[in-house]
Amino acid sequence: MNKTDALIIGAGPTGLFTAHQLKIIGLDCEIVDNLDKIGGQCIELYPDKPIYDIPAVPECTGEELTNNLINQIKPFNIKFHLSERVDEVKKERDKWIVKTNNGTTFSTPNVIIAGGVGSFEPRKFPVKECEKFENKSILYSIKDKTIFEGKTVTIFGGGDSALDWAVELSKTSKINLVHRRDDFRGAQATVDKVQQLSKEGKINLFTKYQMTSIKGENKLESIEIKNDDKEIKNIKTDYALGFFGLIMQLGPIANWGLNIDKKTVEVDTEKFETNQKGIYAVGDICNYPGKLKLILSGFHEGALAARACFKLARPNEKYRFEFTTSSKTIKNRLGVKSD
Amino acid sequence: MAKITYITHDNQVHTVEVQNGLTVMEGAVQNDIPGIDADCGGGMACATCHVYIKEDWFDKLTMKEDGEEDMLDMAFEPKKNSRLSCQIIISDELDGLIVNIPSNQS
Repeated sequence: MNKTDALIIGAGPTGLFTAHQLKIIGLDCEIVDNLDKIGGQCIELYPDKPIYDIPAVPECTGEELTNNLINQIKPFNIKFHLSERVDEVKKERDKWIVKTNNGTTFSTPNVIIAGGVGSFEPRKFPVKECEKFENKSILYSIKDKTIFEGKTVTIFGGGDSALDWAVELSKTSKINLVHRRDDFRGAQATVDKVQQLSKEGKINLFTKYQMTSIKGENKLESIEIKNDDKEIKNIKTDYALGFFGLIMQLGPIANWGLNIDKKTVEVDTEKFETNQKGIYAVGDICNYPGKLKLILSGFHEGALAARACFKLARPNEKYRFEFTTSSKTIKNRLGVKSD
Repeated sequence: MAKITYITHDNQVHTVEVQNGLTVMEGAVQNDIPGIDADCGGGMACATCHVYIKEDWFDKLTMKEDGEEDMLDMAFEPKKNSRLSCQIIISDELDGLIVNIPSNQS
């Protein structure tokens, strides 16, 4: 059981700066994020796109912003739990017991949800029956590529993940690659490689096709695909892999007894506390009159939520407001010399 | 100003007036029309404001920008007449536009 003063859910810009604010005022925190990297939407959706409305930063990309925030919290050695999704939040006396899908547990008086629009999950095949074989013969990510050796694998998608895996798995498996149009959005070198492997007969390419149904009783047997001209093909396959990118789902947050309106969590604007004492929501996921979904709003919300955490984490102490320019205590926490 | 008609997957018809300069996505969100999530807020980064354009309207819209087709690869059941509604900007010429909302955005 990890004990901490505050647990932050979400390692996007708001979560990172909230961590900074907690550490500045002398509280511990740890951060959980479902993605395998730090940065949230900034890194997953627009790493290369310039952002123009961060105060005092005329222009920076999502990746640059993330790196700067990581640098800003470097002095604090904050513990990150990546590739973990918080599934359960339960009250036990005056603490919240938080469990992730990997079984990591936390005991904390404060939970700060900085979850953006929820957790990133793979987009799935629209065909309903696919659920039956999910994680068995229908997969959205690959953990162990050896299971495909000597098998027929049908890959759907036109981006780098689909193409990279088609190339890689074609060494040991029979590959079908299905994509809804002729153009691929993956790196040109990989696209060329796929075209070449297709000419050599190592990859069967089906463009302008999409999945319409699947067949199989106890295991996946075949997949039906249809093109724009309504031509139908039936392909025998052992596995189907879908690489359609990620989508944000509110996920388990919906089950924690919070007031939720249109995928956002209602908070007050003093502490950014939800209807549950000790659970706060900041950044894109919170909702209050006048809410703006801007990164700068997330910074403000996190700063106030951090101060609210102090009361529950240090019930016998009084929080004292200090400036980073003058406070010796804060400079010690940052590990910088004071004048 | 343009009258835009949104038809949900269960055939509910919503016709609303949307100001010029807004997007078809914003017209839906501001009028509480269900089925358009717009998770990324109009940044062409999520494909959750996917709509189908009524055939005769499809060619009248401004062409897709680079990147929209890439995002549509990820949309739920994309078709030939698929667009991201955040990329269609309202003008007088779009008066009468009809869009169909898919049954799902993810």
